[in-house]
Amino acid sequence: MEVIRDQNWLLSLGVFLPLAGVLVMLFIPKRDELLQKQVALVTALATLGVGVYTLTQYDYDQSAKLQFFASTEWIKVINSGYTIGLDGISLPLYFLSMVVTVLVMIYSWDHIPSPGNPKAFLILMLVLQTGMAGTFVAQDLILFFVFFEVVLLPMYFMIGVWGGEQRQYASLKFFLYTMFGSALMLVAFLALYYKTGAQSFSIPYLIENGIGIDKDVAIWIFAGMFIGFAVKVPMFPFHTWLPDAHTQAPTQGSVILAAILLKLGTYGFVRIAIPILPQAAIEWAPVIGILAVIGIIYGALGCLAQKDMKRLIAFSSVAHMGFVMLGISTLTSIGINAALFGMVAHGLITGMLFFVAGSIKERYHTLEISRLSGMLLQMPKLGWILGFCAMASLGLPGLAGFWGEFPAILSAYQPAPGLSVGLFRTLMVIAALGTVLAAGYLLWLYQRTAFGTVNPEFATPSHTHSLGAAGNDEHHGHDDIHDVTVFEWIAWAPLLIAIVVLGVYPQLLFKVMDPAVTEMVKVFNK
Amino acid sequence: MLAETAAVATSGWFLEHAFLIPVIPAIAFFVIIFFGKRMPKHGSEVGIASMLAGLVLAVGATWQWIQRVESAGGADEGGAIARGMYGFARGLVPQAAEGKAEPYVEPVIRSWTWWQSGGFEFSVGQHIDGLAVMLLLLVTFISTLVQIFSLDYVRGDRRYTHFFASLTLFSAGMLTMVLAENTVQLILGWEIMGLCSFMLIGHWWEEQANSRAALKAFFTVRVGDMGLLVGVAILFGAFGTFSIQETSRIAMDPATSQTVLLWAAIALFIACIGKSGQFPLHTWLPDAMAGPTPVSSLLHSSTMVVAGVFLVARMYPVFYNGFDIAQNGNSANFIAVIGGITIIIAAGLAFVQSDIKKVLAYSTVSQLGYMMMGLGVGAWTPAVFHIFTHAFFKCCLFLCAGSISHTASHHSFDMRKDMGGLRKRMPITFVAWMVSTAALCGVPFFSGFFSKDEIIDNAHHNGYTVFFVIGLIGAFMTTAYMTRATYLTFFGKARGAAAGHSDHGDDAEEHEMEHAEPLDDHAPVLAMAHAAHGHDTHDTHTAAVAHDAHDAHDSHGAHHKPAFGLAEESPILLVFPIAILGVLAVLSGYINAAPFGIEKFLEWVEPRGGEYAPTIDHATFTWAKAMPSIVLVALGFVVSLAICRSIYGEADSKLKGLTQRNASARAGYAFLANKYYLDALYEKVIVHGVAHPIANAVNWVNQNVIDGIVNAVGKGGKGTGEWVYRNIDQTLVDGTVNGSGSVARGTGGALRPTQSGKVNQYGALLFGAAAVAALVLVLVNT
Amino acid sequence: MLINNFLLLGAVLFCIGVYGVIARKNAVMVLMSIELILNSVNINLLAFSQLHGNVDGNTFALYVIAVAAAEVGVGLALVLLIYRNRRSISLDELSEMKG
Repeated sequence: MEVIRDQNWLLSLGVFLPLAGVLVMLFIPKRDELLQKQVALVTALATLGVGVYTLTQYDYDQSAKLQFFASTEWIKVINSGYTIGLDGISLPLYFLSMVVTVLVMIYSWDHIPSPGNPKAFLILMLVLQTGMAGTFVAQDLILFFVFFEVVLLPMYFMIGVWGGEQRQYASLKFFLYTMFGSALMLVAFLALYYKTGAQSFSIPYLIENGIGIDKDVAIWIFAGMFIGFAVKVPMFPFHTWLPDAHTQAPTQGSVILAAILLKLGTYGFVRIAIPILPQAAIEWAPVIGILAVIGIIYGALGCLAQKDMKRLIAFSSVAHMGFVMLGISTLTSIGINAALFGMVAHGLITGMLFFVAGSIKERYHTLEISRLSGMLLQMPKLGWILGFCAMASLGLPGLAGFWGEFPAILSAYQPAPGLSVGLFRTLMVIAALGTVLAAGYLLWLYQRTAFGTVNPEFATPSHTHSLGAAGNDEHHGHDDIHDVTVFEWIAWAPLLIAIVVLGVYPQLLFKVMDPAVTEMVKVFNK
Repeated sequence: MLAETAAVATSGWFLEHAFLIPVIPAIAFFVIIFFGKRMPKHGSEVGIASMLAGLVLAVGATWQWIQRVESAGGADEGGAIARGMYGFARGLVPQAAEGKAEPYVEPVIRSWTWWQSGGFEFSVGQHIDGLAVMLLLLVTFISTLVQIFSLDYVRGDRRYTHFFASLTLFSAGMLTMVLAENTVQLILGWEIMGLCSFMLIGHWWEEQANSRAALKAFFTVRVGDMGLLVGVAILFGAFGTFSIQETSRIAMDPATSQTVLLWAAIALFIACIGKSGQFPLHTWLPDAMAGPTPVSSLLHSSTMVVAGVFLVARMYPVFYNGFDIAQNGNSANFIAVIGGITIIIAAGLAFVQSDIKKVLAYSTVSQLGYMMMGLGVGAWTPAVFHIFTHAFFKCCLFLCAGSISHTASHHSFDMRKDMGGLRKRMPITFVAWMVSTAALCGVPFFSGFFSKDEIIDNAHHNGYTVFFVIGLIGAFMTTAYMTRATYLTFFGKARGAAAGHSDHGDDAEEHEMEHAEPLDDHAPVLAMAHAAHGHDTHDTHTAAVAHDAHDAHDSHGAHHKPAFGLAEESPILLVFPIAILGVLAVLSGYINAAPFGIEKFLEWVEPRGGEYAPTIDHATFTWAKAMPSIVLVALGFVVSLAICRSIYGEADSKLKGLTQRNASARAGYAFLANKYYLDALYEKVIVHGVAHPIANAVNWVNQNVIDGIVNAVGKGGKGTGEWVYRNIDQTLVDGTVNGSGSVARGTGGALRPTQSGKVNQYGALLFGAAAVAALVLVLVNT
Repeated sequence: MLINNFLLLGAVLFCIGVYGVIARKNAVMVLMSIELILNSVNINLLAFSQLHGNVDGNTFALYVIAVAAAEVGVGLALVLLIYRNRRSISLDELSEMKG
């Protein structure tokens, strides 16, 4: 595989810069919270700067090739190298991870969850950033695995220390579940290594040689990777860690979890499982497709039953990732493009929804849907943002969510050669039903929380009177319930703008991803 | 590439730049949302200006389109039409060989790549043909009038700016859809409209009933949208293109598989059922009356609900060949059947409504049924023409209803309680209402006659006898329920709020208070009851009443209260649009007045048969054929008037209280009042079923089965671990470990005293040990 | 032989030192006793060095002196600190290391 080696230091810088920040922060006393936050934010911004520079240096005409490619020996005994590179599939996610980290840092400025200790919290976040960015650039299975696991620990502590009431249970479940998947994944990686002649763990090498593996063996290897990635996505029926983790995680954790961590799984499919083992992918595609569609319907129905807003959003992730997986399972360029787009869109939209949910929780100290109502009266701006995100999430054309769902449905009409057309067309119709249910649960949520009159429990004395007349009056008392703050605006505005921009001009992303995806699916069209 | 042009179909700036028509309101929307509140008129001026700009462009485009058609029509036989400046696709269109054939007028198509994925290009653009031009004109025109009407109608509302923003975006959505070059763009406009309908219907979302209505509207339409997504996916998958023109061409190709077309047509038509309020998804439409009246009039005249009809008309080749409309002759097809059913059931429901807006809503549903049926029986042009005429008179009727409630009946829409005898008090509104009603009923020489009668006539002509009869019955029913509504509103004695103003003069204020206060208090409860039970008995106030009582609160603080006199008419801003629409309710029919041989619509709007559109035969008009419907209309009027007089009039009659006395009449009434129990089926059974038992079941499964398995695995793992720990680890492995441990501990314990912590002792030990070591060394070495 | 006298002196010094380390309670005295032990070793080293005509022993002795100086420095500092904290330098009272 051809690679471009220019500026091969760039990716390493982008990945490890946060660790430099961590190093600095270690020497700053715990008491000096402001300085801690400043250093963390500056580090994240610097990393984002590197990311922006990467965007400017990226050669968009050669998006199918790995760029900024670097490769040196790492663990010589097992022929594992430090191989990194960036192509059209990973670039959007790599950049997204940097953006989200910065936004989360900004949000954290005045939202450090209890029990406080911003030093540890921010350090974990920076470590997380290294793990996420590393996963997206790693071009060596062992390196990938290491980064994949690096992500796990900070998140475990984030949920376990800063989480809600059941944080112990949720964090342990999250950790064990993912570890279970990783274990199988590692076995699969090793099998892959030995079956290709124990030469290298490098992904480009394996893509070239993976096709030679005996099909029966390949199917089993794929199974290992499937479970490893499916847990992370999460696909039905491996999804049950997600609602708990999301519900218990602090807002920042939820956002990162939804925006980036879930994508590690789908990214794994697109980057590793499918290109290396195409012959097994064809066999597995119907299974993936069916599970994906079950996930869509199941997640949607699960949403309808939820009484907690955050849990509802978490379940909606199951449904949305179902669309992503449906796109992947078609093994067509249009489907995988849709999936990649859906990953980014879901990251933006659901990340945003979790931000909003966090802010609601902060104000009302509850996320119980039945107790919240009339948010539009008390906090018109926040209510509008929630409405906007709900609309984006249910796939309104013109906003980012649509371009993940619609092409995925479209692609299911004509899956890759060798796949059952009848099955996928059935899946297409059922997936379309999922969009109806999505509208149902999101609008129902919106109607119950944002519309109506303010629950007397939270109403301010002055407010009950002004209900009929001027809704926008400033209210007194109940200081908790205030509209969007400056930090929230700064943290949210980029996401909101990105949702609109990608919705209006999806070409921005498709242009980057399309060549790489087209290159990848060539093997299925032979 | 270009043809040897015998006659160049003229294009022009307006046609080439028709895409600006939706772009302007879309930009206006953002301007209003972000800056509207700070503007002197709170954003309404931006909305109206954008609609006016759109209207000007649309008029220009219409003018140039007519010229284009005229110039093409003058082409020599066998001549070709040059493509537009940005010429597209096939320039040469072979002409049908028959003598009467007219050349196909190439639509003005422009497109830009929007994005591409996997080798496929998605584009945005415009596809301007007669149908698009007609709707562009219609939508911009009606939107402009409705926005002008709203200036006064919603004045003082606390979300005045948002209201105009939503209205503007709504029009933008409709316009986007109308000139969509491809199906993806069509979905875009379609969904934007859905979103705006949600915002507008739920405009007064403080009341639960309103927000529920909004949710219901969006959700019901969304159920249909599933069909749209699937249909577009099928067409794209099968034909490999999103372009509407290409799709039409392939659909017309005899080689195309009819099965694919059939599936695509069914899927797409499901979308139309949802959007255009066809049976069985019509239930959202009457509930949508919870929105402010201008919204209702916009939704129900030229936008939203005709979107479904438009989709069928736009993709007609798919439906025509998919359902085999031409061949099916005397039998039935999906579109015609749904349309036919809709006509009858909606008309039936209109009889039992006491809310004037709901009568109009059901009448809209019924008229949409006509349009659908028209398309279903192959009467494309009459159906599209009916969109055109219906928009004017229905918009006018809604605005009249709004005007009445605004001025005379104190924000009530209840015909039986709060209206009556308004004929003299609101002369302009009355005249406009009468004219529009006549048009709606299909009274000869009013616009509705020319369009509706054409549909009925063509149904007969194309051999769809059953639907011909249904059309006639529908015409009868339409006249009957409109007579009832008119009678209740404008004739007889003033009642309730309407009477309150005129009869008591000075007491009006007090009465109003009495009337409004309890209404406001009970409204939410009643509205909820309404929402819960899904029917409105005519003794309770409906949801619309509830919110309008609310509206009263909003607006009265701000706008000038009209003087309660005898001859009061609404303010000029309300009357002006009504008057214009009233005039057009008569005149709009004369564009295509078959009885007078004017068939401009046929010429300008209908695509000529051939490669891109089916060739459709038209019935020729004769008065003899029109007679049955005219007679039925007259009969409907007479019968209904007689019944109304006896039921609602002052004289006692046997018919009064019939529903109380006669069981079967009561049952029938209840059946209608409960909307055939469809709402109950949807809300109670399906939605409630999915939202509660099924969702809860899934949740239960999730929590207990799947998560149970996970937890069980976890617990099992833990249990195994514990067992292993207790039995193997603790006894066996740890036995060894503990053994060595206890040895070590014992030793340590024994040696403990030596660790006294005293340096001297340590020193002693050290030297003692050294001495011993030295001794050993000496002994060994010797 | 002369060397025996040297060795005898070394042994005597060593024994005095050991006695001091074991028997004295005063930390400073213990330190000084340690010095005695070290110096007894130095004497031995120098004696053997003379006997074998080899300067290794001298070198070693110099090292030991240097280390001893450092050791006394540290030791006295410790004692000083202990005194400052405890107002006493009695080793019997310093039994925190008791196991």
